[in-house]
Amino acid sequence: MNSLAISVAGIGVWSPQWPNWDVAQAMLCGKVETAAEPAPRPAPTLLPPAERRRAPEAVLIAVEAAQQACAMALREPRELAHVFASAYGDLVVNDYLCATLARAPGELSPTRFHNSVHNAPAGYWAIATGCMRSSTAVSAGDSTFGAALLEAALMARNEAALLVVSDVAAVGPLQDVIACRHGFAVAFVLAPETAHSSSGLRLRLCGGTAPLAQDASLLQANHRGNPAAASLPLLAALARRQAATLRASAGPELTLEMEISF
Amino acid sequence: MSRIPPLAITAFTATCAAGRGRDALAAALASRTGGLRQNDFNELPCWIGRVAGIGQAPLPAAWRAWESRNHRLAWLGLQQDGFHEQALAAIERYGASRVALIVGTSTSSIGETERAYRELDDGHFNAEQRQRRGHAAHALGAFVQQALAVRGPCLTIATACSSSAKVFASAERLLHAGIADAAIVGGVDTLCGSVLYGFNSLELVSSEPCRPFDVQRSGLSLGEAAGFALLENIHADKSAPRLIGYGESADAHHMSAPHPQGLGAERALRDALERAGLEPHEVDYINLHGTASRQNDEVEAMLIARAFPATTLASSTKGWTGHTLGAAGIVEANIALLALERGLVPGTLNTQTLDPACGPQIQIDNREGNVRIALSNSFGFGGNNCCLAFAAGAAA
Repeated sequence: MNSLAISVAGIGVWSPQWPNWDVAQAMLCGKVETAAEPAPRPAPTLLPPAERRRAPEAVLIAVEAAQQACAMALREPRELAHVFASAYGDLVVNDYLCATLARAPGELSPTRFHNSVHNAPAGYWAIATGCMRSSTAVSAGDSTFGAALLEAALMARNEAALLVVSDVAAVGPLQDVIACRHGFAVAFVLAPETAHSSSGLRLRLCGGTAPLAQDASLLQANHRGNPAAASLPLLAALARRQAATLRASAGPELTLEMEISF
Repeated sequence: MSRIPPLAITAFTATCAAGRGRDALAAALASRTGGLRQNDFNELPCWIGRVAGIGQAPLPAAWRAWESRNHRLAWLGLQQDGFHEQALAAIERYGASRVALIVGTSTSSIGETERAYRELDDGHFNAEQRQRRGHAAHALGAFVQQALAVRGPCLTIATACSSSAKVFASAERLLHAGIADAAIVGGVDTLCGSVLYGFNSLELVSSEPCRPFDVQRSGLSLGEAAGFALLENIHADKSAPRLIGYGESADAHHMSAPHPQGLGAERALRDALERAGLEPHEVDYINLHGTASRQNDEVEAMLIARAFPATTLASSTKGWTGHTLGAAGIVEANIALLALERGLVPGTLNTQTLDPACGPQIQIDNREGNVRIALSNSFGFGGNNCCLAFAAGAAA
């Protein structure tokens, strides 16, 4: 099986406990014991003020993480092809759509309808940054992180690309079938591997089922049930700058092996 | 943008309001028999491209947990043109882990989630709906993956109406990198309350059958469809039609309106031609996005008029199928492939008088001729664009 060699040039995160990568890194390294006061929702400065106020949480958390990753990588967002991945899409707007359709379908809001597309975060991102590069929105259920990392890595072999993986908490009756209880977004700027790459990432697909991350310190309660949390072992290795070979599910009987080196 | 090695398309199929399978679709195109009918799906006064018989075609018992209109249409679509058997043969040939599955959809099985909300039991999903496996975007990919027992990389792309065009681009990258030896690509979208009432709320739905590029067009007719294609190395079948290029871009302009000069679409088109190593004059036919919305058709007509010579023919086939949203890419890829295979260049159904923005490329009437190179345009909400380039296979 062929492997893909790329590098991690930038990292961004957002969850109620992790407003940015610095905080996340400190916690993942054990330098900070307790989580900060939960933040309500992020206000990514890249969005125009009006969008910052009214954009759905699903858009805000994805854009916030993406913006952080680009800043850390010192990359112009408009120059990066991007992959926005989410297992469930905007559960808040889906709840609104389904509830409105059941009650009074003629009252459906046109804005909330166009915000319901799975590529809404990618669309807002492209508009805010002026990015006209390839823009995609993908999903692979519980394997969304692994499958989307593979998709973005295939682009990043040739030139730098942005990967964002995020989900928001389920609301309303959707909570009966979707276990996601907290929003979490993670973003990486991935670049071709060069001799100067500080964080090399080698990806390889193999059969079998990836074990869920067992490291209790990683699986903090506020990330449980969010498919983007499959990135936590990789984030921990990046935070500690600790070479490691990690595994993430990429599908049924399919595992993405991630070899990180510094 | 460097050229890509072509890929063989060794099987393809589409099921839509205009017919089940390639022959039915080709016959409908040739005889100019459209599949649109007055909306009998819900209360909205409009026309729809409904696939007949989905209600009477439950999934096989083994897949009962996956029941949804979208998965029924996916299953129905897989059974046409022997596609299911050809997909299984490829999985047998290469090994399940060496075959990728990339599908596109805009709303997946949200119709089933809508139903769950109509049937709430004291504010909660009822027992039956809690067992359903359809309440997320990837339901389509997961269902087809289970149904085919394919175990390579699997992804659902959901970029609204460009979804199942972009599946070809993702598959090409996987095959090119040697991560998979073959890829099953496809797209399925079905009529549901969300899209009918949603597009209606944006005042984009016509009360009459859609008339793409007509000066008096009044909006789109929504439809549903399923389609699939099998991509392999060119050596698998040199006579098979080929994927030779793709272009993907964003408008960076507006969530539900196209860039007024079509700059994003132009970028996707240019990238597709560059990857294919083509000049515009070499393109024989373009299947346009052509939704019959005021803005899309004007912008797309201007783009075609400035980018291509009069010898390139172009049309929108949505008058036959309706706008099948996340399935439009794969359905129209099928129509482009039929043009290459059979020399059938469809015109634009229901259209009487072309918008003055149209150049000589856009055709109302069908034509016949030798088609060697065909493109397909797909544009979606969020300003998401994809253009595909196909070529006829080597002469036997």
